[in-house]
Amino acid sequence: MSIFVTHGKVKLALHTLRNGRGRPLLLLHALGEASPPETPDYVAAWPGPVMALDFTGHGQSSIPHGGGYTAEILMGDVDAALAMIGKTTIVGQGLGAYVALLIAGGRPQLVRGAVLCDGSGLTGGGDEPGPVVVRATTERDHAPDPFAQVELAEDLRPSEYAAHFARLAGRSSGIDQPISIVAKTRPDWLTRVLEEPAVVEAPLDEALARYAVVE
Amino acid sequence: MTQAIAEDIDPFTISYPGARRPDRHRWVNSYGVHIHVCEWGQISDPPLFLVHGGSDFAGTFDVFGPLLADEGWRVVSWDHRGHGDSDHATLYGWDADVRDGLSVLDSTRPDPVPVIAHSKGGGMMLQLADALPRRISRLMIIDGLPTPQPAPDITNHEQRRMDEKAVGEWLDHRRKAASAQRKPGTLHELADRRAKMNPRLPRQWLEYLVTIGARRDPDGWRWKLDPAIRFGGFGPWRPEWSLKRLSQLDVPLFGMTATVAEEMGWGTKADSLRPYMPRGSKLLEMEETGHFIHIERPHEVARLALEFLS
Repeated sequence: MSIFVTHGKVKLALHTLRNGRGRPLLLLHALGEASPPETPDYVAAWPGPVMALDFTGHGQSSIPHGGGYTAEILMGDVDAALAMIGKTTIVGQGLGAYVALLIAGGRPQLVRGAVLCDGSGLTGGGDEPGPVVVRATTERDHAPDPFAQVELAEDLRPSEYAAHFARLAGRSSGIDQPISIVAKTRPDWLTRVLEEPAVVEAPLDEALARYAVVE
Repeated sequence: MTQAIAEDIDPFTISYPGARRPDRHRWVNSYGVHIHVCEWGQISDPPLFLVHGGSDFAGTFDVFGPLLADEGWRVVSWDHRGHGDSDHATLYGWDADVRDGLSVLDSTRPDPVPVIAHSKGGGMMLQLADALPRRISRLMIIDGLPTPQPAPDITNHEQRRMDEKAVGEWLDHRRKAASAQRKPGTLHELADRRAKMNPRLPRQWLEYLVTIGARRDPDGWRWKLDPAIRFGGFGPWRPEWSLKRLSQLDVPLFGMTATVAEEMGWGTKADSLRPYMPRGSKLLEMEETGHFIHIERPHEVARLALEFLS
């Protein structure tokens, strides 16, 4: 079953992949991807319902004209879903992993653990801007929006900025280590985040088992 | 008729000395976002682009623009996305604003063109000049050169105080963005609100701006600015990045800074900026002047601009 939640002028597709009782697990897809059609095997052990969100310009969510994407806007996408479903644990892949980190810091009382996995768009544009370019592409009427791919593949992710969100999560979530790193790729921002006490490197099964029992 | 309108005054009676509405209006489709473009002067004259700041609109050049047009320039300006009569876009971002600006330039002339930009517009055009130095022949920036301090009129271009409360408030704003509406009021009330951001500008000017930058709804006037836009800064951008790049700029540059601090001012100090100015550039500190230098002193700024352009 899918419903649409509103974030600004965008209708976001929020999919229930598996019904159940208890706190939901929310899946955030990678850059240029979309939510899976059914519960992936790698999260099958989660005890509660499993949901997935299509980011702006992806999957069944609406596609804006003229771009303007930022990772922070996608954090707002997730927050719109949290307003609907309440407390949740998040598994993010690629770009979704970075967004999971941001929202874990932005809504530490609602995000009950964030698991960061490999995938497209994990790296981003680095710590500082390189040579400046005016990015543009051709519009099309189906997802993924090429503007999302162009803008979010190289959005700046200063290491200290990312680490700051990890600290926010650690400070206010009440969870010992609210961020778990499953990803093997190590962009600079993720290397820095891993130095924070709020962050732990862990296998996916172990991370989910731990977050399944936190309040 | 609502109380708000009943108390209001006739907008057609409002004028401002020297203000002249554009001679032409047109629209540019910037990747699906319709950008409202204004022009003053003869279409056969050489183009000169004016770029407004955050929360402003092209109509804020209604005095400054004609002064330049009357000296033989085809003056072209546009409302940024979400501002004035341009589309309220789905998303807003710095790169998108720069891209829209390039769309307007491309719709006018393909060769190098001079640009005068204020505040946020200055930052945008500095980035465009940095990326495409052969596209801009001369660049004049009015109180919009980089500063180590975050700018107040840019939405996502700097890191501000990003504590839990600030992040939560930004997310709260995003949750309300779908249903947000600007508060209606009388023309006088809207002028009062703008006076908080433009405390040094004449009351008559602020009332004149309402007749252009606001629309008259059945329950009162509302600023056209998209309520989804939130100023104050949110994101990873650090202003010192722009400052570091400034010295490398390969476009003739004339910078002007204000000296009187005010709400929308960038607080750029000429002395702290000088070490970063590119070789051959010019920097002028305008004494006893606030952030809206071209509105406070339009004739003097126009004269200096014309000298720079010549």
